[in-house]
Amino acid sequence: MKSNKRALLFITILAVCMLALSPFAYAKPPVLRMATTTSTDNTGLLDYMAPILLKDTGIEIQWVSVGTGKALEYGRNGDVDIVLTHDPAAEDKFMADGAGVNRRKVMYNDFVLIGPANDPAGIKGKPIGQAMATIAAKGQPLVSRADKSGTHAAELKLLKEAGVKDFDKASWYVQTGQGMLNTINIADERKGYALADRGTFIKYEANLKGKPGLVIVVEGDKQLLNMYSVMAVNPIKHPHVKYDLAIKYIDWITSSKVQKDIANFKLEGKQLFFPNADIRAGH
Amino acid sequence: MDFIVQGFFQSIRLIISMDEETLNVVMTTLSLTGLSMLFILGIGLPLGFALGYFDFPGKHFFRTVADTLLALPTVVVGLLVYAFISRRGPLGDLELLFTIRGMAIGQVILGLPIVVSYTATAIEGLDNRLRLTLQTLGASGTKLAVTSLWEGRFQILVAALTSYGRIIGEVGSAMMLGGNIKWHTRTITTAITLETGKGDFPLGIALGIILIAISFALNISLSFLRRRVGNS
Repeated sequence: MKSNKRALLFITILAVCMLALSPFAYAKPPVLRMATTTSTDNTGLLDYMAPILLKDTGIEIQWVSVGTGKALEYGRNGDVDIVLTHDPAAEDKFMADGAGVNRRKVMYNDFVLIGPANDPAGIKGKPIGQAMATIAAKGQPLVSRADKSGTHAAELKLLKEAGVKDFDKASWYVQTGQGMLNTINIADERKGYALADRGTFIKYEANLKGKPGLVIVVEGDKQLLNMYSVMAVNPIKHPHVKYDLAIKYIDWITSSKVQKDIANFKLEGKQLFFPNADIRAGH
Repeated sequence: MDFIVQGFFQSIRLIISMDEETLNVVMTTLSLTGLSMLFILGIGLPLGFALGYFDFPGKHFFRTVADTLLALPTVVVGLLVYAFISRRGPLGDLELLFTIRGMAIGQVILGLPIVVSYTATAIEGLDNRLRLTLQTLGASGTKLAVTSLWEGRFQILVAALTSYGRIIGEVGSAMMLGGNIKWHTRTITTAITLETGKGDFPLGIALGIILIAISFALNISLSFLRRRVGNS
């Protein structure tokens, strides 16, 4: 039975070591939990902002990055303290339902329609509505995130405005159900078109080191604006949320100093997000 | 082809340099799976023993349930546990969502059936004379269980390893329950998912190699242990 005990001892020591090495060993600043979109995370903006937040306010931010639809769902369930998303219509509903308070604009960038360089649908430089209609009419692959993200919502809106109908089961409409970069990669493999936020597209270009399979075919249309807003989760519905930290964060991110920091965030020398927190325009 | 080779070499470089972030991801994975295994074995061994040793009505049914749960999809477990530990769920006040403890719940559910089922099989396979001898010697209760489990130790070791392999490699429930939060709940598998999403293949490959290395090291050390224990 001696070896029995030794084996037991070994396993116990192993387990204790694993627990002792856990990342909880050191003291922690107050933690704010945010649900946000893949575009802010994949581009590296949040990694760039987190240390600035900690330095300015002493708040540590932890975020989960999912599509806007799911981010708002986390907010509704009270699983996070704050949400940063980019789907104005869904956010309106979120606010109207009383799930969120203190909505503020933070920044914008724009969506771009990307596609193969040889442009098989022949839509380069066309207005976005016409471009969407042509893709559908010619049956060129349009690769959609189809995940209720802000980008997906924008794409559905554009298709609707272009008068495209019954595309759900159409062979040209490819629904990935994945994040932005994965979807761009799939569009690349399938030689299809896709609506993407410019930030993630720049990241994709950077990954492929100047040899991207897809290029921008339509950009600059007013309908392609991509607005990011921040909202605190309603403390009346969820008394446990860290409302004071959420408000501090909102004040912080809309302050002129941090707005400048956002403008200074560059990838491959290109500015990705344009701050537009208008102090006066409350929602 | 080029980018696979490049990715591979870059990943080797990343492993050698082992920056703080990668190290944290590895440590999180180890403490999470360590915590989960503690509970899996703590609950699974007695359950497996009871299921394999005693005869009781409905025993067959419980065996079938345990065997079916072996194939439980990780995302289903993630979803179910999320429903329970979300603020809206019955256990919301315990603040388990997006924490290591919350993730461990999912992993225990995933790993437990393996240990229970394999342990029961191991106990059933023991020579019936052992039971009789033990009873003749007057062993009872805990003593009986420990000795029986000890006799089936090799199969139980395999059960523990298989269980560990399942939880360290799963991504579905870890992603849903942990949220892949940097410095806190980011494990090797959720980090690989993220890096692939970002298009950073070298880092993904590097983490994959580390994952395999951990499993390999564990297998080596356990087979070493097994040899020593077997000799003594």
